[in-house]
Amino acid sequence: MSGRRYEVRLSGSGGQGIIMAAILLAEGAAVYGGKQVAQTQSYGPEARGGASKAEVVISNEPIDYPKALVPDLLLAMNQASCDLYSKDIKREGIIIIDSTNVGQPPPGRTIAIPFTGIARREIGKEFAANMVALGAVSCLCPEVTEGAVEAALMARVPPGTRTLNLKAFKTGVKEARKIDTAKLRHRYHGEEAEV
Amino acid sequence: MRKKSPGKVRLLQGNEAVVEGALAAGCRFFAGYPITPASEISEILSIRLPRIGGTFIQMEDEIASMGAVIGASLAGVKSMTATSGPGFSLMQENLGYACIAEVPCVVVNVMRGGPSTGLPTHPSQGDVMQARWGTHGDHPVIVLAVSSVKDCFDITVKAFNLSEAFRVPVIILSDEVVAHTRESFALPEALPVIDRPKPNMPPEWYIPYADNSRGVPPMAAFGEGYRYHVTGLIHDVRGFPTERADEIDPFMKRLFRKITQGFEEIILSDSYMTEDADVCVIAYGSVARSARRAVVEARAKGLKAGMLQLITLFPFPRHVVEEVLAGCRAVIVPEMNMGQISREVKRVNSTDCRVVKHNRIDGGLITPGEILGRILEIK
Repeated sequence: MSGRRYEVRLSGSGGQGIIMAAILLAEGAAVYGGKQVAQTQSYGPEARGGASKAEVVISNEPIDYPKALVPDLLLAMNQASCDLYSKDIKREGIIIIDSTNVGQPPPGRTIAIPFTGIARREIGKEFAANMVALGAVSCLCPEVTEGAVEAALMARVPPGTRTLNLKAFKTGVKEARKIDTAKLRHRYHGEEAEV
Repeated sequence: MRKKSPGKVRLLQGNEAVVEGALAAGCRFFAGYPITPASEISEILSIRLPRIGGTFIQMEDEIASMGAVIGASLAGVKSMTATSGPGFSLMQENLGYACIAEVPCVVVNVMRGGPSTGLPTHPSQGDVMQARWGTHGDHPVIVLAVSSVKDCFDITVKAFNLSEAFRVPVIILSDEVVAHTRESFALPEALPVIDRPKPNMPPEWYIPYADNSRGVPPMAAFGEGYRYHVTGLIHDVRGFPTERADEIDPFMKRLFRKITQGFEEIILSDSYMTEDADVCVIAYGSVARSARRAVVEARAKGLKAGMLQLITLFPFPRHVVEEVLAGCRAVIVPEMNMGQISREVKRVNSTDCRVVKHNRIDGGLITPGEILGRILEIK
């Protein structure tokens, strides 16, 4: 029960496909990666807009508390979710932002990739931004392999949209591979830190 | 559609696991009305039941849903409905009918913030006492609380088994967190499934409400040739209304006796590091998961903490709670309400053990940190 947890938080506005991305990440880790997972979400009653947050806790052991305590990885698809959900990130964690929508990213260990812009230009469908982001998250999350998440994606998305979703996913992986995480600042500094 | 073969690991939501548990237990009838956060149960059963010869009906409301469930069960089919707070309130009248007519059925209440329409997408544990006492009149009922995807499967099977064995409605209390959390889960190969006792005498000898050593009379399905009367009025052994004290008293006493006699079968709980604990957390539902984490963290600090997870909430598992109370300096009862089970814990406490409440009603799940804070305060 006290095994190490890796905690991922995906966030954005309702309708951006945040929860679907979290399900695929969790399914990749659990069904195709053999890990224990707990995937939760919080959302408002509205179908579009509002803040949407989904979390995936990954461990080699059974998971007690199912939500993220101190996230290792945060994906923020818009400014509001970045502001709201980046405060309790682990100090050695990483924040991945959709730089198309997030103009004011937190300083430090933040990776900026224009997911929505890429989806618009390279995929031709803005709504595929979540799959581009999922590709990047799968690449940057050490607890899953891209292959496992890709297998989950192929099994779950409707056949007619597989090509589009797969292309979006692979584009995200490719973008993330360009990132050298070793060059990121060492850690986030809390507001109480002495400088 | 993906394969539903047993043994294969799948990522399932709590609500999906309830469906799998119900089908494994033999449920073949569902009537309900969709409501967040229980809708997935209806949605998936509407696809799955017709494929295996079962029946799914979306009713006009929850009053009618409960009526349909009772009717289907009287016809011999294991039946269920699922709802959340507002719908559960509407089901109360017919739930009482199921109690007095001794009709097996399972009602899943996925708790959300209340009262009224409240907080549709946030968890709560506000319906605990409603599950016990929501319908009027003195009556026994079984209430079980689930905390994980595995629980949702196992306890749903158990709920059907208890309902059939005791001819009593069983209420499963889930909550928004349990219902919507997805976890890896492999369906077990085979499970013990209990069916209601059936009459083995010819129809003309059948006395539908005759007492026996278990207090559970055999139940004939309508349409099988056994004719009998079913009513919400207090009835004699043949099912017809009575006002005779010498018939009312044994009838009501039997309703209670069948549950108290079955205590050992009905009470389910789980202990974690309670053996040497001097502070214990008594929790249920999703909060039990936070409690388990808090105990792990407290032990890491060298504190003798433990947890008792209540699965059966009613009949109240007083013997397991009394055991914990006798061995501890203090118990903490964290709940997403203002203190419903903590009252029960206090009621059965005859020791010097302190009973500390921890209550949260803002729509958020109680965190391990909150519970750990309470444990640390107790020193």
